[in-house]
Amino acid sequence: MSNPATLATPPPDAPADAAWTPPSKGKVGMVCLILAESAIFIIFVVAYLFYLGRDVSGPKPGEVLELPILNSICLLSSSVTITLAVRALDRGAMQAFFGLWMSTIALGGWFLAGTALEWQTLIVKHGLTIQTNLFGTTFYSLVGLHGCHVIVGLLMLGIVAALTLAGLVRRTHAPRLEVMAWYWHFVDVVWIVVFTVVYVIGR
Amino acid sequence: MKTPTSTLATVPSAESADRGQTWLEVVHGWVITVDHKKLGLMYILYGLVFFVVAGLEATLMRLQLAYPNNTFLSPQVFNQLFTLHGTTMVFLVGMPILFGFANYLVPLMIGARDLAFPRLNAFGFWLSAFGGLLLYFSLIGGMGMTGAGSAPDVGWFAYSPLTAKAFSRGHSTDYWILGILVGGFGSIATAANIVTTILCMRCRGMTLGRMPLLVWLNLVMCGMVLLVISPLTAAQIMLLLDRFLGAHFFDTQAGGSAVLWQHFFWIFGHPEVYVLILPGFAFASEIIPVFSRKAIFGYPVMVGATVAIAFVSFGVWAHHMFTVGMTAVGNTFFAISTMLVGVPTGIKIFNWIGTMWGGKIRLETPMLFCIAFLFQFLIAGLTGIMLAVVPFDWQLSDSYFVVAHFHFVLVGALLFTIFGAVYYWFPKATGRRMSETLGKWHFWIFLIGFHMTFDTMHLPGLLGMPRRIYTYEAGRGWDLLNLICTVGVAFQGVGVMCFVVNLVRSLFKGVPAGPDPWDAWTLEWATSSPPPEYNFAEPPVVRSRRPLWDLKHPTDPDWKYE
Repeated sequence: MSNPATLATPPPDAPADAAWTPPSKGKVGMVCLILAESAIFIIFVVAYLFYLGRDVSGPKPGEVLELPILNSICLLSSSVTITLAVRALDRGAMQAFFGLWMSTIALGGWFLAGTALEWQTLIVKHGLTIQTNLFGTTFYSLVGLHGCHVIVGLLMLGIVAALTLAGLVRRTHAPRLEVMAWYWHFVDVVWIVVFTVVYVIGR
Repeated sequence: MKTPTSTLATVPSAESADRGQTWLEVVHGWVITVDHKKLGLMYILYGLVFFVVAGLEATLMRLQLAYPNNTFLSPQVFNQLFTLHGTTMVFLVGMPILFGFANYLVPLMIGARDLAFPRLNAFGFWLSAFGGLLLYFSLIGGMGMTGAGSAPDVGWFAYSPLTAKAFSRGHSTDYWILGILVGGFGSIATAANIVTTILCMRCRGMTLGRMPLLVWLNLVMCGMVLLVISPLTAAQIMLLLDRFLGAHFFDTQAGGSAVLWQHFFWIFGHPEVYVLILPGFAFASEIIPVFSRKAIFGYPVMVGATVAIAFVSFGVWAHHMFTVGMTAVGNTFFAISTMLVGVPTGIKIFNWIGTMWGGKIRLETPMLFCIAFLFQFLIAGLTGIMLAVVPFDWQLSDSYFVVAHFHFVLVGALLFTIFGAVYYWFPKATGRRMSETLGKWHFWIFLIGFHMTFDTMHLPGLLGMPRRIYTYEAGRGWDLLNLICTVGVAFQGVGVMCFVVNLVRSLFKGVPAGPDPWDAWTLEWATSSPPPEYNFAEPPVVRSRRPLWDLKHPTDPDWKYE
């Protein structure tokens, strides 16, 4: 062998490969995070359902919980606005992007404020805290865990908003913001599960 | 047939880059690094340090149990020792060492220059590292910041209600929770990173069907980590809420359930065993072919069996809870699913034997450890199937038979393959070979010690000796058996000392290894030892499962047959 083949330059008789396009790192990484987070939420949902109706003292869910319809509409529609925002950025329509992005933040913020009001009523009017009974324990931890995810999402959305104001967000960032939107969609889907379990089945 | 090594490595090794730095600069370089190889080595070193710590804890327990009515340790200290030993071995030894190998090897084997998210990788390592420090900080601050020490004493599975505020005062249990919680976040981050790396960073031509089995097994292992660590994280958040905010998850006084903790813990705990053992399989699947001079037998079946093991492992957790009292349907389901694990595992054992069959076997240290692994893992699997039989389990649950069974898995199978892997990849990571003579001493002494301790340990279990007791009466037939177990620990200790001496000595005085000391076939051997920071000068292109075979045998490449 006078001029040996190397790994980077294979011998000419080797079969040629088809196009090589591995999947996006950001998306695969986000799916991994969503898988792990789903497992955490499943355990909390299982605990909620397992302890449903096993309280030794009140108040019971049916007595104090009200359907958070408006809240849910706000959170779910924020999934639509964030999708439209990313599409707008992909088109290069910066003004539309920023408006839609800010309305996503506003809708998420509305949801969070609604949850805060709900909790205030529960704590002050009905005297339900995490210590009161199993319902309080499982309700505040499950809804609270979801709320924590909304807060984290809002922080990330806020950072992007600040970067946009600073003029640092460009059209090329659309795929990255789409990864962030996936997280936001996940938070919304979890809310559908929480809503079903806590406010529909549990009431 | 050897080829000139110049075709393999044309890049300068990493050693030359470090020359001429002061000690401070070197340490600083390691602390701020995001290089997968340095982080991998730090993971492994961190695991080995805790391995020695947890090994010493086991030695203390064995000394206490050597004689009946011994008063060497108090009951309280004994409880703390078995809690720390178990927790440390699983979370601070097993997981870090395996993540270390995955970190180091996966990018090299798939022809990538680093993990997908290098900074997340460093973040994951330091989280795990500080998690371990949190656990051991309880020795200083377990009673609060006043300085009174108290290690956790609730067992590694921390059954409720032992962990309730009323029964576990002070903060030792809180350190246990927080240490593992923080380390768990690190594990999830690293697992997500490795999965993404394997799916997105493969070099040209490295299709899923051409990935080395080590990469496949680590893909499955890390996928499992994502789904396995999370339930533990959730359960520990609940326990923290119970302990700090007065919630009632595991508080039976308020209607909470202690059994629910057991379910949540074992939904984590049992698949975790497979998370630990799959990388052990991965090492064996790389070492056995190279030292048998044959390609792995039944590659697609090996991959399928791995996925099957992972799948089934999520449905077996309650076999840890047969004695809790479940329905007959529950018992039957978990007994059958547990026995089912034996099928894909058996396929793997046959495939490793099939690889060795008719091969030109080289009995060097890595291979010796893998052959011992095959025998010992078989026995571990058989006692596992025995314990899956519900009435048998009712008799022997929480006895030393169970302890012997899972030490056969974690020491006899996992630790042996880890030793083999260290001997096999040490030349790649350091550029020097480990001493074969010391390696053989290490192997044989450790093998004798292992069998003295853990073969014997089955017997007191069958004779009714419960686990977690700090002492026992004379004359129950357990005395001599326990003494033999303890003497075996001394052999294991000497074996490990041979290993440590070999590591340190070879690091400075080992024979230079060159890029490919074993005449192997996977991509990590194509670059210099130790590899430079960028791994490969040019991204390799792969056309078969054994790219280096193709390179070394241009007239008879694998891609003609695959």
